[in-house]
Amino acid sequence: MSRTATKVARSAAAHRRDLLRQMLLIRTFEDKCVELYSAGEIHGFVHLYIGEEAVATGVNQALTADDNIVSTYREHGHALARGLPLDSVMGEMYGKTTGCSHGRGGSMHLFDVSRRFYGGNAIVGGGLPLAIGIALADKLRANGGVTACFFGDGAVAEGEFHECMNLAALWDLPVLFCCENNLYAMGTALERAHAQTDLALRAGSYGMAAWPVDGMDVLAVEHAACSAVEAIRAGGGPHFLELRTYRFRAHSMYDPELYRDKGEVEEWKKRDPIDQLAATMRNGGELTDADLEAARGELTREIDEAIAAARAAPAEPVEDLTRFVYSPESS
Amino acid sequence: MSSEMVKTTYREAMRAALREALQRDHRVFLMGEDVGRYGGCFAVSLGLLEEFGPERIRDTPLSESAFVGAGIGAAMAGMRPIVEIMTVNFSLLALDQIMNNAATLLHMSGGQCNVPLVIRMTTGAGRQVAAQHSHSLEGWYTHIPGIKVLAPATLADARGMLWTALQDPDPVLIFEHGSLYNMSGALPADAGAVDIRSAAVRRPGTDVSLITYGGTLGTALAAADALATDGVDAEVIDLRSLRPLDDKAITGSVAKTHRAVIVDEGWRTGSLAAEVSARIMEQAFWDLDAPVERVCGAEVPMPYPRHLEQAALPQADAIAAAARRAVG
Repeated sequence: MSRTATKVARSAAAHRRDLLRQMLLIRTFEDKCVELYSAGEIHGFVHLYIGEEAVATGVNQALTADDNIVSTYREHGHALARGLPLDSVMGEMYGKTTGCSHGRGGSMHLFDVSRRFYGGNAIVGGGLPLAIGIALADKLRANGGVTACFFGDGAVAEGEFHECMNLAALWDLPVLFCCENNLYAMGTALERAHAQTDLALRAGSYGMAAWPVDGMDVLAVEHAACSAVEAIRAGGGPHFLELRTYRFRAHSMYDPELYRDKGEVEEWKKRDPIDQLAATMRNGGELTDADLEAARGELTREIDEAIAAARAAPAEPVEDLTRFVYSPESS
Repeated sequence: MSSEMVKTTYREAMRAALREALQRDHRVFLMGEDVGRYGGCFAVSLGLLEEFGPERIRDTPLSESAFVGAGIGAAMAGMRPIVEIMTVNFSLLALDQIMNNAATLLHMSGGQCNVPLVIRMTTGAGRQVAAQHSHSLEGWYTHIPGIKVLAPATLADARGMLWTALQDPDPVLIFEHGSLYNMSGALPADAGAVDIRSAAVRRPGTDVSLITYGGTLGTALAAADALATDGVDAEVIDLRSLRPLDDKAITGSVAKTHRAVIVDEGWRTGSLAAEVSARIMEQAFWDLDAPVERVCGAEVPMPYPRHLEQAALPQADAIAAAARRAVG
């Protein structure tokens, strides 16, 4: 029985609770990351997903353990939605050997091959060719796998994006392109960088099904992703979702946000994906404020435990510096 | 036990290697521009489409970054792709994928994502195809930890390096010098895999080491013949593997001859020749009886006219002159 079918068999209310908890996990994790970064406990570039949680959470509902994910440098949400253990993600933030990338990657390079989570790619657009190749391998082996490839609106300006749209459509590859259109490529607004700002229209010009989705509504994202993945599995070739979303926080921790109005941010915050789902559930009598607080408290405890574990975890010895450059069995 | 010798060319040896790989390992496929119906822009893969079909001899659009990256993704997912790039100049369109992904993923993922990918490409000048099809940029690639770089200069290496490269868990780049495809000679009928770690002594000698690789091996051997008529006995070392370098073979030869001339078609500044020279200084300084000499490509984008192109390339007389200076 497919995972989607399992979901249908469960109560819709229980499913919504799962979605809410998933989004809350990502939000709470990243709120903690802000604290840890400010306290000087974690370092480097940290790109927050706050505001965009519905996208990772919704898309993941359509995927099975045999599917693949290729992600970007703003990937904490994708990794947690995929089920990477909190300890391993937090360990990576701390650069410890318990991290999902053994501490070598940091915030931008979360990997977990056992969960078919292929990064954590920080060259904008650079993950798309990898997704093409993973999908090609699945197609050549006819194993039914789908590759979900996340990227932002910024990637649409890269040549690699267009090469990959063409290849995926030409070779009829099982890829779900998930374009997280949060309206800014770092500080450059979509309309300042693109002559045609309808991104689904541009993807559609390559001959694949492509449509915009309200990326602030987790149920809408889930519905779109499930129907796209179903079509891909049925041999319908690549699909493209333009997930219209917004990041509430700065591009990274260094960004003074000179390029957008505070009013705009506040307007989008009214559409907070967590608040929206919680409101729906409250109206349906599925959720009380006490439930919400209890869930937040439980997640905070879990994250605090992961932080304690990461603090206590061993740092890699300097003698191991050149490990992982070549495989140990390399000739 | 000697096997029957068969006449062949570098191109045919490479094709035989591709055929063997496709026959022996169902995970292997060849992908690149015009590798299928056209038969390869240098006719290396001619006939393979008919034999193995379009899934395994996969023509691509002119999208170097996408199809090199697709090779990386497929390799990560368990396939054994061979990606062909028409020339090293075009590989720059895929440099992001080679450097930021192929060479980096294993490390960035803490050892999880090895990339067993082979990338073949043509390199080098000599065919009057001017400044965007003629360069020798393999030295640039040797700068990158995480990849291996090979330069088959002989029929045996054209036949044998590919299979060994495919057994490697990490990315391997194979540079085929464009002037070598028509090189002919004889190979044992059962020629097969060769090691991809060691340099080879192509001509033993005692007075000076001519250290080279790829397209200039023949030039260095011609220089050695010329030197022999003057009574200078030159040893010719074929590096074969440009990353990693076989330090022992280099210093072993210098310990014997006490003089080194490095021949490299790449531009002199920041060249592979500079790296080899530095290693000799670091590891064999006290063995040297003369300063290390370098004969490199002239620092100019490759000109079209034949006389200027030849003037830009390492020639046997310049190599011999450098060797005579070293011998004193």
